[in-house]
Amino acid sequence: MRVALFITCFNDTMFPGTGRAVVTVLERLGHTVEFPMEQTCCGQMHVNTGYPADAAPLVTRFARAFGEYDAVVTPSASCAGLVRDHHPVLAEEYGSPGLRRLVAELAPRVHEFTEFLTDVLGVTDVGARFPHHVTYHPTCHSLRGLRLGDRPQRLLRAVEDLDLVELPSAESCCGFGGTFAVKNSATSGAMLADKVEAVLGTEAEVLCTADNSCLMHIGGGLSRQGAAVRTMHLAEILATVEGVRT
Amino acid sequence: MTAPGDRGVVWPGSPPFPDAARDALDDTRLRANLKRATTVIRDKRLAVTAELDDWEALRTAGDAVKTRTLRHLDRHLLRLEESVTAAGGTVHWAADAAEANRIVTELVRATGEREVVKVKSMATQEIDLNEALAGAGITAYETDLAELIVQLGDDRPSHILVPAIHRNRTEVRDLFTERMGDWGQPAPEGLSDQPAELAEAARRHLREKFLRARVAVSGANFAVADTGTVVVVESEGNGRMCLTLPETLITVMGIEKVVPTWSDLEVFLQLLPRSSTGERMNPYTSTWTGTTESDGPSAFHLVLLDNGRTDTLADTVGRQALACIRCSACLNVCPVFERTGGHAYGSVYPGPIGAVLTPQLVGVGSDTKSSASSLPFASTLCGACYDACPVKIDIPKLLVRLRASAVRAKRRRGRLPGAEALAMKAAATVLDSPALLTAAQKAASLGGRALARGGRIGKLPGPGSLGAWSADRDTPAPPAESFRTWWRKNREGR
Repeated sequence: MRVALFITCFNDTMFPGTGRAVVTVLERLGHTVEFPMEQTCCGQMHVNTGYPADAAPLVTRFARAFGEYDAVVTPSASCAGLVRDHHPVLAEEYGSPGLRRLVAELAPRVHEFTEFLTDVLGVTDVGARFPHHVTYHPTCHSLRGLRLGDRPQRLLRAVEDLDLVELPSAESCCGFGGTFAVKNSATSGAMLADKVEAVLGTEAEVLCTADNSCLMHIGGGLSRQGAAVRTMHLAEILATVEGVRT
Repeated sequence: MTAPGDRGVVWPGSPPFPDAARDALDDTRLRANLKRATTVIRDKRLAVTAELDDWEALRTAGDAVKTRTLRHLDRHLLRLEESVTAAGGTVHWAADAAEANRIVTELVRATGEREVVKVKSMATQEIDLNEALAGAGITAYETDLAELIVQLGDDRPSHILVPAIHRNRTEVRDLFTERMGDWGQPAPEGLSDQPAELAEAARRHLREKFLRARVAVSGANFAVADTGTVVVVESEGNGRMCLTLPETLITVMGIEKVVPTWSDLEVFLQLLPRSSTGERMNPYTSTWTGTTESDGPSAFHLVLLDNGRTDTLADTVGRQALACIRCSACLNVCPVFERTGGHAYGSVYPGPIGAVLTPQLVGVGSDTKSSASSLPFASTLCGACYDACPVKIDIPKLLVRLRASAVRAKRRRGRLPGAEALAMKAAATVLDSPALLTAAQKAASLGGRALARGGRIGKLPGPGSLGAWSADRDTPAPPAESFRTWWRKNREGR
């Protein structure tokens, strides 16, 4: 199986450590990961802000970059959802018949990281050790978009010495929503305040999610309050062995 | 086609959602009232939907009936007209709010009456019927408890099902004490804020109106095309009084409310109470078919209201919004609504369904309606509304679609592309080129790290996007090296 990593433009630029963690975990499980250099962005910001035509070339680029792989893995639930749900629609509206076919065949082979581990590889114990109190926020796109269910929690519970603390009102949105946090920053801030309060209430040392965008948002709120809670993408926890980050 | 200005729906002069939301967020009492109310109703709904094994099948059926009906709406409406007429009723067709108001006003005038009692109705809120009647010297008395609270307070509804959700019981007590006397029987001396006492005060106040009224105006939850039967679903019995005591009954109904047969009702009468009030069965479900001699109103008029619905129907994706059965489940689960309340939406239809219905009814980007054009952006696309919707309206999908329509409308109006459009175009160019992306990443890294203190970028000055974002959130300093640079150095050619 040829596996390609779709890092996403956001992680590529802001959170390269998450990409390195995905590579570490998959290589530990005996897989070779490839990184097609032609990849850039799925077009989520453009689609969700009302500029689908600007996203159309990115759909073509994505299909060309990843078309030859058996599986595409991405550490972002929202980007995985965008590719699976919106690329076929965008290809239908803006693409050639060839692109439509390519996109239709490729979309189901694009997997969010925890889906890939549990569903495709059939693994929950990835050989990690992380002796800390951790709480998990199911981001909206992982929970209601991709319907990841308890896959992330199953992976976290299998980590040696990890104490998973339940987050109250976990299913409530953190208020990020991409450009929503800018266009409706006051409302977003009010939602963020409640999420930060819930995270602090758990007394966890680490907050993790399957999306760095929401995590950066909540982390930004925690940081503004001077809170000591660390934020880590779930992949970074799974990459950790003996409490030492690789 | 009518001009959007004749359609009502939105409140003239409402600011765009972000501004209205900011004011609402500053109102701590409002936020406390909303949080308490939405949490209670949300938990009740979850409990009664979880106990049904076939809840998902019911949702699928509700969706299917609505989709099928909307596809042949013209046929079902003609059938409804035929059935209602055969049963002794009169059907009127109203293209927009202005026409509907004119029809109702003339019908009331023809009875010689100067007052009407009203059953809670979204359609009449949508067209501002009470104001139109007042203009003709006719007083409309709201008889639903929450609508009464709104009317006594010269207020606007903030929720589809619970229009006074923004008020707590102390505020209600004060309103009753101060205002009931202006509208009829005053509140009793020494009224407390106990719910039972408040309900009793409302009951006494309304009773004289029910007994005196000769004309009633209602909306409709459903109308069965086959038989001409109209259905009103309510919880207080005020509807039953209005629908049975007066001599003339006028019902204003959106054209999307028609269902083909009685067996279709079976699905919705299960879906609606569980989704709206969190009850297994609805307390007062009234059905009537035309007129019946010496039983109930002797004259029945059904006003079928278009008011932007045909335009909405023309969009084969957007028309999903017409499947709405006005249960309000999407409002109650919405994290945005929970913080801002309904008034911020500037429309009789607030919350997630309002954000997709309002702009479609009045026309996306119609330039006098800046509040409506801002509504598709009033969501994080969290998807809680879609999960809660009893007829599976894919609200996030509609929001994204309407955002594109709003951007297109803006582009058509402006001679030059706005700052956002230029930024999006620039981003698309950079993101369609790995070389440009790498260069941009280097620039962002340098710039971001220069701004950062202790690995974090704090509050940034200015009114723009960066100022808005950084008001409540720090941003981590970008890393020195992007992932692709790391890969190129460490992995390529390995």
